[in-house]
Amino acid sequence: MVDIDWLRDHVDVPEGLTYEQLAKDLVRVGLEEEEIHQSQVTGPIVVGYVVDATPEPQKNGKVINWCHVDVGDEYNDVDGDGNKVPRGIVCGAPNMRAGEKVVVTLPGAVLPGDFRIEPRKTYGHVSDGMCASERELGLGDSHDGIILLGDYGFTPEQVEALKPGDDVMHLLHLDQPILEINVTPDRGYAFSYRGIAREFHNSTGAEFTDPVTDLESRAPHIEDQEAGKGDIEVIVQDDNPIRGVAGCDRYYARALHGYRPGSPTPNWMRRRLTRAGMRSLSLPVDVTNYVMMDIGQPMHAYDLDKIEGPIVVRRARQGETLVTLDGKEHDLDPEDLLITDSPNGEQGSRILGIAGVMGGQYGEVTDETTNILLEAAHFDQVSIARSSRRHKIPSEAARRFERGVDDQIQPAAAQQAVDLLVEYGNATASDTPRDVDDTQRRKHIVFKASEVERVAGLELDLNEISAILTDIGCALGGGGNGELTVVPPSWRPDLTEPCDLVEEVARIYGYDRIPTRVPNAPVTGHVGLTADQLHQRQVADELAQYGMVETLSYPFVGPADYKAFSIDAQQVEPVSVEIVNPLAADRPFLRREILLTLAQTLLRNVHRGLENVSVYELGHVYLADPDAPAIPALPGGVLPSDEQLAALDAGLPEQPLHVAGMFTGLVEDNGWLGDKRPADWTDAVEAVRRIGACLGADLTLEQPDAQAVPAQWHPGRMAHVMAGEVPVGMVGELHPHVDDALGLPHHTAAFELDLTTLFSTLSNKPVRAKPISTFPLVRQDLAFTLPQDVTAAQLKAAIEEGAGDVLESIELFDVYTGDQVGEGMKSLAYAVTFRAPDRTLTAQDNEATRARIVERTALLGAQLRA
Amino acid sequence: MAEGTQFDAEAVAESVAEGIAAIEQASSMEELKAIKTRYAGAQSAMTLASKAIGSLDKDSKKEAGKLMGKLRADFGRAYGTKEAEVKAAEEAAELAAETVDMTLPVARKPLGARHPLPKLMEDVQDFFVGMGWQISDGPEVETEWFDFDALNFGPDHPARQMQDTFYVKGNQAKDAAGFVGSNMVLRTQTSSDQVRGLIAHGVPLYIACPGRVFRTDELDATHTPVFHQVEALAVDKGLTMADLKGVLDKLAVAMFGPEAKSRLRPSYFPFTEPSAELDLWFPDKKGGPGWIEWGGCGMVNPNVLRSAGIEPDVYTGFAFGVGVERTLLLRHDINDMHDLVEGDVRFSEQFVMGE
Repeated sequence: MVDIDWLRDHVDVPEGLTYEQLAKDLVRVGLEEEEIHQSQVTGPIVVGYVVDATPEPQKNGKVINWCHVDVGDEYNDVDGDGNKVPRGIVCGAPNMRAGEKVVVTLPGAVLPGDFRIEPRKTYGHVSDGMCASERELGLGDSHDGIILLGDYGFTPEQVEALKPGDDVMHLLHLDQPILEINVTPDRGYAFSYRGIAREFHNSTGAEFTDPVTDLESRAPHIEDQEAGKGDIEVIVQDDNPIRGVAGCDRYYARALHGYRPGSPTPNWMRRRLTRAGMRSLSLPVDVTNYVMMDIGQPMHAYDLDKIEGPIVVRRARQGETLVTLDGKEHDLDPEDLLITDSPNGEQGSRILGIAGVMGGQYGEVTDETTNILLEAAHFDQVSIARSSRRHKIPSEAARRFERGVDDQIQPAAAQQAVDLLVEYGNATASDTPRDVDDTQRRKHIVFKASEVERVAGLELDLNEISAILTDIGCALGGGGNGELTVVPPSWRPDLTEPCDLVEEVARIYGYDRIPTRVPNAPVTGHVGLTADQLHQRQVADELAQYGMVETLSYPFVGPADYKAFSIDAQQVEPVSVEIVNPLAADRPFLRREILLTLAQTLLRNVHRGLENVSVYELGHVYLADPDAPAIPALPGGVLPSDEQLAALDAGLPEQPLHVAGMFTGLVEDNGWLGDKRPADWTDAVEAVRRIGACLGADLTLEQPDAQAVPAQWHPGRMAHVMAGEVPVGMVGELHPHVDDALGLPHHTAAFELDLTTLFSTLSNKPVRAKPISTFPLVRQDLAFTLPQDVTAAQLKAAIEEGAGDVLESIELFDVYTGDQVGEGMKSLAYAVTFRAPDRTLTAQDNEATRARIVERTALLGAQLRA
Repeated sequence: MAEGTQFDAEAVAESVAEGIAAIEQASSMEELKAIKTRYAGAQSAMTLASKAIGSLDKDSKKEAGKLMGKLRADFGRAYGTKEAEVKAAEEAAELAAETVDMTLPVARKPLGARHPLPKLMEDVQDFFVGMGWQISDGPEVETEWFDFDALNFGPDHPARQMQDTFYVKGNQAKDAAGFVGSNMVLRTQTSSDQVRGLIAHGVPLYIACPGRVFRTDELDATHTPVFHQVEALAVDKGLTMADLKGVLDKLAVAMFGPEAKSRLRPSYFPFTEPSAELDLWFPDKKGGPGWIEWGGCGMVNPNVLRSAGIEPDVYTGFAFGVGVERTLLLRHDINDMHDLVEGDVRFSEQFVMGE
């Protein structure tokens, strides 16, 4: 949240800057606009002077005040004689008194929560407006009474100057929108007004004053760091650093004494915190939050009288637990960094909180606290991130620490908190803080200025580059032969490599000023789509041209899908990829065949009243191997060895590309023409035939025995699709049980092909064309009787073999079973054509061909009918 | 006139004239044929007269022959003319009888349809192929190394939290974040193909990787847990952000028309530095032309190049990714993501044949 009023504390914001312009200015340097929240309040809301207030006890025990409030000529009532008179207002607030200046919301005003003010009959009077509390105006949580402007942080002169009828909307910032921005994870410093003000300066050149400079100069200089001499002894003792990084490299503690318990938070601070979305709790807590928002240092305030030194910063021990401020109990992990104290001399025995994440219930400041210990520390980003994630506490403090907090502002932060507690809480600050400071000096970056051009394409000279880097807070050295040594500022832990500095220069100079050009890709090796990529398109286009509609589905499946498809869950689950955190708990697996999810698409269409649907989908399926080797965890930034790379891929499941299609309802419906035909297995076989044809693949079908057909398929209407000897899929009709389970009509047809395997069988070589013969054609019809269990494909193959090279075409034109051919037999009739490439076929030739066909087909038990 | 009758010039001329008159009155082929039989058939006056010529003397023969020739020709001409007329009329009547209402709805074969999403992916592929780039694709169930570590997301990188990832079950020991993992995820971005491409092909490399990605967002009007991206990566000597901007402008025009252009805003991604948000100037934006967020981009982070064993001091590269769903929603004025992902055939059918 960015409040222009607050931003103005640190940067010279131009008068009349709108929130829209502010958003644009900040976006330009890389802060993202989330939303401008418009004010939820509309007027009239004005200053009212309470002329009289008459207490009227009510039957329910309440005492209300019947008041007359002067709200100025424009808004005052008019009496019978046409004179302006104060308005009558009923007010139940205990602090209502005559002679006060109050905030009056008049009829027509709208308060947060779409609370509309109207004249209202209540307690026997007509209340012609409302005197408002902080909460009613959305200014804070206080609802103990109404706002008394004489007691609301204004100087006596300011209060004196307020006249009845003066607008309060602007006075109390009620008319102000507020800008919500998104901060990318590398810019921890922008989670503070100090950081945003600096970015506003970077964008607009407006003068920026770093608040830390002044605060730091006023923080006490620590002469003597000997144990026991400061406000409290502090021991940082990390016996379990994460990846060698100490959990806490700075712990700064400073005490305040004689704090006046229950001191109220000043209204301006409460307003700012409320507008930023934080609740006002108590002055010490508000102050620590305020400092965090203002300069970016998360802080903690302890009741000094409850703490027994030394404070020990240490890792948790197995089995320790903590109830955090929000009342939740957490089992601590040995990686959690803790703040502890030492009751009865037992060092680190009492847990005060999870460092940088959330405090515990012991040691907090309370309404009785008079002596306060302020903590301003710097913690390891990783340690805080893990604890925050582990305990699911995304606190404001953790959010900042895990993105990186300035490790040099702890004394300044404490000084700012001290200033506020002294001023508003009557406390006295100690001048003997403890500062355990193990922070490391920043390493400098060797930066060739030419990198700006090499990476960003911006031709800037050394001076321009130096000026930008200096302006963002870097300390520069060198410069001879175009090489700078750059020490980034303490608030920018993200700047570690030359490319980071290139980004800084480019974004501040302006991405819009980078020129534009189109690179020429060198033409080497294969150009254009690969054969497989082309084939994928051919299949997708072919099915659409065939009349099917392409759809997409999510690949998630679960037990209900297996059940509908008569698939044994116990067999399929171990070889399926399982999601740890599925969106739908009942579909945690990835599909092994598209049909399971395509069926859901089909059903959705059917449920929406579409009865005749032919759909297809191209997509991946996922075949887990329970015996696959484990995938190693490897570091980034280093090329793994060949063995490691092989191990990465070896553990991944196979993920072939499949195509599947389903047909239900009518596949032909010519309307008034009258031809209607329901879908059946032939539609699916035709789809497969077309796929084969468009790819130039010779696909054949092999029909297994009924008992060998998988349970999801119709036992008599299913075949394996073969590319030569390689099975590439299945085609047929779904088992009626599957249709019933899904709620689809029987004979719903389907196919599914493994395109990855199918493509791999293609030669991808150009077609070799045969010469076209112009010699005369011979037509013959051949009808065979043959046993039922001999397939059409077998018979056709036999005819082809018998006919040899002269066979030009063969087409089945009749299939018959019935009395005329006898039990267990069927009749298949073919129209065949013969043609020789080099001569006219003679009657003798044809006789010989026919004889060979008869001979060959007889081996199948087929008999040529006369 | 019967067989063996005398040649009678007058009578035959009269008969032919009568025949010609009858022809002119005829209105069907049937009538015409009957007239022909009657006046030119075997028993007709004309035929008998011709036969009778033989019994005439030499001089009369010549004259009679002449007369008969003329009569035959006159009859034949009249007949031919009328025959053509009648045939044409009969054909016209026949065709008139076959007339249909050509506006009757005809749907002999159902129209199929491609889904616009894979279609758009193909358009984008063609854009890159046209520039001489290659198209690659990587696995959807991906190792954490390719999806995160190689792209400069360390195990504790806050950006790993930014993207809500589907993790895949496995049997491995506890990892850094206290998570029992397989080191496998459903890839959260097609950027996972960057390092695969670099390792597989080396440099110089110009590739685009279109594909399916996954994040744990519930389906709503603007989000879907399963969506598509196109990632582009170029690594070569001498590439700068200027090249990135050039390619983005071209892509914007290819996808959104000649007035479209791109804009970069500073941002952050672990795998690029400098990084930028990619905005698109969209002339047909609802409520008037304006900028809309389209994707992310930047110069490839040196750590990513190092992950692929490429020397960042010698090579530079740029990368960008755009959301395919987002492109579709914008370009086709689709208001609800549900329409794009649910597979309702009525949705795809709007895009039949082109566009």
